[in-house]
Amino acid sequence: MAGTMLYDWIIDVLFWVAVAFLLAVYVSWRATRLDRLHVRVETARAALDAALVRRAAVALELAASRLLDPATSLVLATAAHEARTADAESREFAESDLSRALRAVVDQPDFADTLKAKDDGQLVLDELGGAAAKVVYARRFYNDAVAQARTARRKMLIRVLPLAGRAPLPDFFEIDDDPPLALRG
Amino acid sequence: MKIGIVCPYEWDVPGGVQQHIRDLAEALIGLGHQVSVIAPADDDTPLEPFVVPAGRAVPVPYNGSVGRVAFGFLSAGRVRRWINEGGFDVLHVHEPAAPSLGILACWAADGPIVGTFHASYQKSRLVSVTAPILQSALEKITGRIAVSEAARKTLVEHLGGDAVLIPNGVATERYAMADPLPGWKGRTDGEDGARDGSGGALGFLGRMDEPRKGLPVLLRAFEILGRERPGLRLLLAGPGDASDVRAKVSPELRDRVVILGMVSEEDKVRAYHSVDVFVAPNLGGESFGIVLAEAMSAGAPILASDIEAFDRVLLGGRAGALFPVGDHEALAAAAGELLDDPARRKQLSAEARAAVRRYDWSAVARDVLRVYETVALDGTGVVESGLGA
Repeated sequence: MAGTMLYDWIIDVLFWVAVAFLLAVYVSWRATRLDRLHVRVETARAALDAALVRRAAVALELAASRLLDPATSLVLATAAHEARTADAESREFAESDLSRALRAVVDQPDFADTLKAKDDGQLVLDELGGAAAKVVYARRFYNDAVAQARTARRKMLIRVLPLAGRAPLPDFFEIDDDPPLALRG
Repeated sequence: MKIGIVCPYEWDVPGGVQQHIRDLAEALIGLGHQVSVIAPADDDTPLEPFVVPAGRAVPVPYNGSVGRVAFGFLSAGRVRRWINEGGFDVLHVHEPAAPSLGILACWAADGPIVGTFHASYQKSRLVSVTAPILQSALEKITGRIAVSEAARKTLVEHLGGDAVLIPNGVATERYAMADPLPGWKGRTDGEDGARDGSGGALGFLGRMDEPRKGLPVLLRAFEILGRERPGLRLLLAGPGDASDVRAKVSPELRDRVVILGMVSEEDKVRAYHSVDVFVAPNLGGESFGIVLAEAMSAGAPILASDIEAFDRVLLGGRAGALFPVGDHEALAAAAGELLDDPARRKQLSAEARAAVRRYDWSAVARDVLRVYETVALDGTGVVESGLGA
């Protein structure tokens, strides 16, 4: 009699050990996945920052190149400088303003054709086109990563257990990044 | 850059994805990059030097048709070895949600991975049984590309996440040269453009039974033009019922309307080279107009409705004449002017060939490269993933 009870007791223990083990595996798998999503957000953020810095740098380069009239140079240089020096709070506005400034400058009638006719003009335009396109790509990839990380964070298990650690909930980066028409296509 | 491209479908079977990858790979190689493509193929199939076979393709039902894909231990091992030995800066997986090499590559690799989504479908692929499998592969993709707005919508609705839009390129050189169809003189550069009855031809290509393609507008314009110009002919190509179309033409003009119906790729190219003016009378709903791009590649002088997409592609009328959308009288007047003005036709033809270059594969490759550079910023490259990661 006592033997059977002991046997039952061992089965019970083994059962709960197995349950605990599977639970641990599952939780660790979820934590790994969340960690991977966070790493992706960070990598995408670094790529986005690099793309924005590059775009501002090319805009400044164009402003300083003497290919433009001084008023146009001033518009570009101001917007690029604002974008570079903006704090976290006003960053999105400043970058949007740079997009608008670039459109206002590059989409002037005959601007692109005039620039192309000058030495290095085509080169600078190509660089600017590349830099503006990469901002669009990098921002899309970043927001995509953020959306997935946020979805994962909303799951019940992760809200109950502190699996996300101290990582802050990542925020979307919302700006107007439409490149100038003359640089598209 | 060293680029590894993963093709999910059997390489030597004709298909949109395979053609896309072949055109892209050749354009990237043309720009001086090192490209290796891994694709389902038999070991004894003769392949381009940049293609690595991943094993025999197996037909499986997928996405409403039968896909010829590769999976299993053999393919997984080959993909893993290819990644390990490739030393790629970036991995580019096509159609990663297909049960084929793409998903295997996502499992086997860590680092910058770009995914291109081609298909659009109505029903969700992400059902509860497949979700965790697909998700862990798709989450490794750092940059996503959709080839069309429909493909992007599919991605957003059914798989979650977003993508940048980089449409397919046009292989402009495939359309550049061709003989006119038998019985057609081809583009007449001389002064004999039609009023004296010696010839002249207008062309249309597209679904004849789809009102938005605008064929009725062109037919009404031909009622005017055909009477003014006794030698003028109209060449129509595309799917649709020929007798329905013929019924809409006045009996005395009917023998000058030639309806080819569905044409082969080769005859399509020849059709573009058979006419003096190519007409695109579309009423709307076009996002780009692949037909227009093909006609431009062929150097056909173009007359198109002034819908937004065409206005953009034709540079506001510089690379092709525009007429107010749906206005058959304006179409007839503009076509008449073009038929009478060989110098203007010649100029439009040259401008069109120049303008279409921005839709060429080399331009697409440039955009794809920008995506590569965006995701491969830290320069770590693609490495083999630990097992079970």
